[in-house]
Amino acid sequence: MSYNLSNLLYLITIVSFVLALRFLSSPAHARRGNQIGAAGMVLAIGVTWVKVGSTSWWAIAIAMLIGGGFGAVAARRVRMTAMPQMVALFNGVGGGAAALIALAELHKVLPPPGAPKVDIALGIVLSGLIGSISFAGSMVAFAKLQELIRGRPITYAGQQFVNGALFIGALGCGIALVAGVQDEWLLWVTIAASLAFGVLFVLPIGGADMPVVISLLNAFTGIAVALGGFELENNVLIVAGMLVGASGTLLTLMMARAMNRSVANVLFGAFGQVTEAAAAVAAGNGGSVRSATAEDVAVMLAYAHKVVFVPGYGLAVAQAQHDVRQLADLLEAKGVEVSYAIHPVAGRMPGHMNVLLAEANVPYPQLKEMDEANPEFSRTDVAVVVGANDVVNPDARSNQGSPIYGMPILNVDDAQTVVVLKRSMNPGFAGIENPLFYNPKTVMLFGDAKESITKLVADVKTL
Amino acid sequence: MSHNTLLVFEVTILVLAIFLGIEVISKVPTLLHTPLMSGTNAIHGVVIVGAMIVLGQPDKSAFTWIVGFAAVVLAAANVVGGFVVTDRMLEMFKSRERPKKPDET
Repeated sequence: MSYNLSNLLYLITIVSFVLALRFLSSPAHARRGNQIGAAGMVLAIGVTWVKVGSTSWWAIAIAMLIGGGFGAVAARRVRMTAMPQMVALFNGVGGGAAALIALAELHKVLPPPGAPKVDIALGIVLSGLIGSISFAGSMVAFAKLQELIRGRPITYAGQQFVNGALFIGALGCGIALVAGVQDEWLLWVTIAASLAFGVLFVLPIGGADMPVVISLLNAFTGIAVALGGFELENNVLIVAGMLVGASGTLLTLMMARAMNRSVANVLFGAFGQVTEAAAAVAAGNGGSVRSATAEDVAVMLAYAHKVVFVPGYGLAVAQAQHDVRQLADLLEAKGVEVSYAIHPVAGRMPGHMNVLLAEANVPYPQLKEMDEANPEFSRTDVAVVVGANDVVNPDARSNQGSPIYGMPILNVDDAQTVVVLKRSMNPGFAGIENPLFYNPKTVMLFGDAKESITKLVADVKTL
Repeated sequence: MSHNTLLVFEVTILVLAIFLGIEVISKVPTLLHTPLMSGTNAIHGVVIVGAMIVLGQPDKSAFTWIVGFAAVVLAAANVVGGFVVTDRMLEMFKSRERPKKPDET
């Protein structure tokens, strides 16, 4: 296939990717968009297949079957709640592929006298470096979300220094390569140091901040892929990679803004360590916790005018979305006005709760975003917090010592009564005390969210 | 086309792609941010094109063989997994105009 023809066909792929993202602006077309993107990807693979047309076609086919088979099975089997770690995993392997390409390209151009051109060498070094960070970082993010390792931040003295030294080491070796030192080992060291950096860089970040990290690493992989396009002089890699790099960066900023924190604070703040000051303030609030039985809560709900559900990660863990919807339907049948208040960062990814509730066929108009939901709490009889914690923590409004001070929250404490469904009094994922639980308006319903909701459903039915 | 002309051309489209990426994403509602992350994740699976080029080179060393093979495996997992996960997420956003009515129970 001629250079021009293949590039024109790649252009169609690029357009399909842009359309895929464009269609994501409305839920009605989003799925179609994704299919267009997938079709574009198939086209790019087909074009490359014909273009390469070498004797190794069977090796390519076998490799694609292995990788694709794994991807398909993993993506089909995973439960909706485990989606965040799946995205991390697939992001990581993409970064790994970019780093491997860099390695192979350097191997090809390096043996003297083949001194690589500066821009090619730069592409190789940077995509190796960024791809490796993305790979290692994503694997740690995966392990944290899968709870293979502790979600809490892991910190030690001199951590920033070690990370900085690793990064500078990786960068130094890379610069030496670009400057013309022809030694393949330099790239190996660059990659090894970047892998170590990727691991150590994500380890101190708390599990609650993983979505921001995954989004950032997603952007990293995109950039690594774009740089790979420079090595291979391939347009589709440059454009598609950079499209992801730019959009991922913007998404990262938007997510950090939704939590009212800077990206730097997310990445280097080791957020979620229980700070002494905040814990002391929370303890000082003292106060007792009121707990209620499912029967009490069922009565409260059935005789309310307006009930707002506030879902959080606990809902996802307990897979309680269908039961919540069932409860909501029952209440509606009794004439109660039901809605759902969705905080932008509830769960572990933005939009996580929307996905789960959509799975349970909750009608769209009942899903209220934060700005829409907050004014309604004052005329709400019962706010039911299902496994959410930090996004309803009043400390974010009032306690300057709290690590989440300044984050916009759902003002559930404006409601007449707040019912909190929670497994125990343990602080949430971010490890921060929540004075909401000590509020006299609040009653706690302890237990697994799914079991509690099932009990509520049974009790409301008997009323 | 000389190497430098090509490079300038590549840098041009790189910069344009940055603006395009920002422009397209700023229209996506918060509700769809998770599928967006997953969708862009699938798109960078296009790295498979690079991996295929590496593995498809003629007269390659054993080293390139192994590395290229591994790269194709990883990239294929990225492509297929990325699109399937995104599709599963978006499947749940099917338009539903059904009136609010309690069913099942």
